[in-house]
Amino acid sequence: MTTALLDFLTALALAPLLPGVIARVKALFAGRQGPPLLQAYFDLCKLLRKSGVYSTATTWIFRAGPIVACASVVAALALTPAAGRTALISFPADFVLLAYLLACGRFFTVLAALDTGSSFEGMGASREVHYAALGEPALLLGLLALARQTGTMSLPSLLGRASPLAPEAALVGAALFIVLLCENARIPFDDPNTHLELTMIHEAMVLDHGGVDLALIHYGSWLKLWLWSALLAGVLMPVALKTIVTPVPLVGVTGVLAVALGIGVVESCIARLRLLRVPHLLATALALAAVAFILGVR
Amino acid sequence: MTQTLIALAALLVSASAALGLRSRARAASRLGAAGSPAALAICVVALIRVLSSGHAVALRVSWAEPFGELTLGIDALSSFFLLIILSLSVVTALYGVGYLERSSQSSVSWFFFNLLVASMIVVVIARHVLVFLLAWETMALTSFFLVAHHHGQRSVRRASWIYLIASHLGSFFLLPMFFLLAPAGGSLAFSDLGHALAPWAASSCFVLAVIGFGCKAGLMPLHVWLPEAHPAAPSHVSALMSGVMIKMGVYGLLRVAMLLGEPPLWWGWLLLALGAISALLGVLFALAQHDLKRLLAYHSVENVGIIVLGIGVGFTGLSSGAPHVAVLGFTGALLHVLNHAVFKGLLFLGAGSVLRATHTAEIDELGGLMRRMPVTGSTFLVGCLSICGLPPFNGFVSEFLIYWAMIAGVLSLTAATAVPLGATVAVLASVGGLALACFAKAFGIVFLGLPRRTTPQSVVENGPSMTAPMVLLAAACLALGLSGPLLAPAVATVVADLHAPIDAASIHATTRVLSRVTLIAAAFMALVAAMALVRHRLLCRRESRAAPTWDCGYVAPSATMQYTASSFAQPIVDLYGSLLRTRKRLDAPEIHFPEAAHLETETPDLSREGIYEPLFEAIGVALRRMLVLQHGQLHIYVLAVVLTLIALLLWQVGWNS
Repeated sequence: MTTALLDFLTALALAPLLPGVIARVKALFAGRQGPPLLQAYFDLCKLLRKSGVYSTATTWIFRAGPIVACASVVAALALTPAAGRTALISFPADFVLLAYLLACGRFFTVLAALDTGSSFEGMGASREVHYAALGEPALLLGLLALARQTGTMSLPSLLGRASPLAPEAALVGAALFIVLLCENARIPFDDPNTHLELTMIHEAMVLDHGGVDLALIHYGSWLKLWLWSALLAGVLMPVALKTIVTPVPLVGVTGVLAVALGIGVVESCIARLRLLRVPHLLATALALAAVAFILGVR
Repeated sequence: MTQTLIALAALLVSASAALGLRSRARAASRLGAAGSPAALAICVVALIRVLSSGHAVALRVSWAEPFGELTLGIDALSSFFLLIILSLSVVTALYGVGYLERSSQSSVSWFFFNLLVASMIVVVIARHVLVFLLAWETMALTSFFLVAHHHGQRSVRRASWIYLIASHLGSFFLLPMFFLLAPAGGSLAFSDLGHALAPWAASSCFVLAVIGFGCKAGLMPLHVWLPEAHPAAPSHVSALMSGVMIKMGVYGLLRVAMLLGEPPLWWGWLLLALGAISALLGVLFALAQHDLKRLLAYHSVENVGIIVLGIGVGFTGLSSGAPHVAVLGFTGALLHVLNHAVFKGLLFLGAGSVLRATHTAEIDELGGLMRRMPVTGSTFLVGCLSICGLPPFNGFVSEFLIYWAMIAGVLSLTAATAVPLGATVAVLASVGGLALACFAKAFGIVFLGLPRRTTPQSVVENGPSMTAPMVLLAAACLALGLSGPLLAPAVATVVADLHAPIDAASIHATTRVLSRVTLIAAAFMALVAAMALVRHRLLCRRESRAAPTWDCGYVAPSATMQYTASSFAQPIVDLYGSLLRTRKRLDAPEIHFPEAAHLETETPDLSREGIYEPLFEAIGVALRRMLVLQHGQLHIYVLAVVLTLIALLLWQVGWNS
């Protein structure tokens, strides 16, 4: 319990490190120096000191959106175990609750975007729900495959026993990595640094948010990146590493940072997909999860 | 039992009072709406007692031959459905008072409303085939008259005819089912049905029940009446029909399944397949609609699909020796019956509120209603969250139990059973994602942003008679969502009725897991509240500015440039285009300078266009040949009658000799 609490607090504290790591990796590939590792913390401090500009079209939904989005990820994080350890709370089929909590946050982000009445934000919202509807079955089916393979139903135990040497876990890892890139608005699905609203997804939805609200949105999305990286690290980390007992959450953090490195490498090496191609890649993730499931059932 | 009969009498009194006071609309409406609350008040305690103890009560009254005695009864399953029927009818009746205020025919409507509630009660307590079928037919007829309330409109007349025909086609399959069930020459009481049934007869009964009751429940592809009847009916009637009446199909299926004994494995698979098809296609067709009530009607198809998935998992668990899977599946399905009644009732009432204030249910013409109608908007949002199954609202609890049942099945059953169950997990997850897209569209386009057409200033929130029921249902959504640990034991007696071996240990395990779900949900809500407080404290001393929405550098964007329901759903609709067959009519500008353009999309029902219209066309062509006999010449008719009589006489004589 105390280790789980420690993991939880570590995630809350270190999540803003991830965008810095990814940016550094990308800078390294591009031969630039890149922003400081702690840039996200500086951004958060700056945003928290600002007030906001609110569109005259908006209602309380617009103000509630960032709060619910951030709170839902924090609640979902309580269900997420660091590699090989327990989570704050776990029970059979807890990954369903995790998926639906994330969906709740997404729903409010989408509504806040529609609340502004901007066509660009509507566009982002439409794409977001479209891709999420394809990503969600891949996530649940992938975790179900691991559940069948390991014979357990709750996240800590199924991630703790999943071995990347088994083909199921490798396939699920690949599927989850694709969905991770999509859910967290990374290349090849979405470019967090793009400058053209027409091509954005996540950034388009939050165009009108500023100040404290934007800080909440950013922090929520980094936490979400941490959460997904922890899940993926749990699937892909060798069992020998997962069983190392350390008082500080060293193994889990290393796993998450390794995933962030991987994201940085992928972002440096491939270009964005055309929007029309995105569903195909997500369907590939679903197919990988389905193959893993069939292998696991066999 | 006595209390329920008194409640029935109260409903009938209220119905006749409403009809009798035709000339005084206000009094008729008050008295007509008073029936359901009175009925609920009379029998609620007795029903809860039956539900908690699981002891069935019965009533036998001798009746004239040839039908034996009249038998009624209330067991846990009946009382569970009775409580839902009565509670939702109270709320919709209260709403109806405001909704029908300006209608000239409200007294007739109240007459049929009370009769509908009464007939649903009799359906649930009937323990005799004849009583059941009579009540079933009364239910179909009274709801037909309720749907036809605005019969001045051509579209409403057409919709109500489709409904009437679909209902009777469903009943058409129930008759042979009961014939098969009834022992030769025996009584028609339910307790005597289904004894020593051959396996083929039991399976035929099951298939007939799935078709007959599935038609009422709205299972794909038997759902054609739903998207027609719901937009046509007054909204409180839609709420009652969608929330409760279609569940009578679920009730019938469960009741007959109880009579049929041990299910073979393929029954569960049939239900899983039908449930998956209904859920997935229901939500996809909903996404493609731009009439708010039609969209909600398709979501009823989706949710009935989810309920049937739960029942299917239950049957699969029963027949493959995994009782814990069966218990979870049935519990999830039953709770989803309750939850769907609450949130779909709420959503239809919200749609009615929008319709009454703006006189349109066309999503693309609305927008920005949250400012004008804050209560309708906020409660509709709660309904959306619940139907998408998002924690902490009630839809999540039942969907979670169904997921859990499926996952437990995948883990404990053989590969041949685990693969279909795994597929249903993927289907349910897709349905969840698509439902979220659909309600982001429905809520976001109707209530948020700016008005798309210049709505008149007269759009204002409706009176308390219409808003109070919505607030009540929204509160129920949250309360049910947080009381999962109490609900699962509450339906344990019903699950036991369904032959699922439920014991204290399994109830305890379910409760423990659900209490953790509730804990997380409550923590989530507390976190939202805390963050809102912190945000408020941070911002209260700073000055925030109001400005127009950021236009991304484009000049003078107008309200018509906002995303519409059609554009919001277009990527998904296109992706599933081969299933949906959306028709587009586009008049695009052909020159380089902007000019008027026009786009129209329509997604007609696949099974109506693909199955029923060709089928009825073919039947019509075949029967047209019979027109030879119908020529209007009386003497030839008489000749035909005489010839038939002579033929019958000869036959009879030949038979006897």
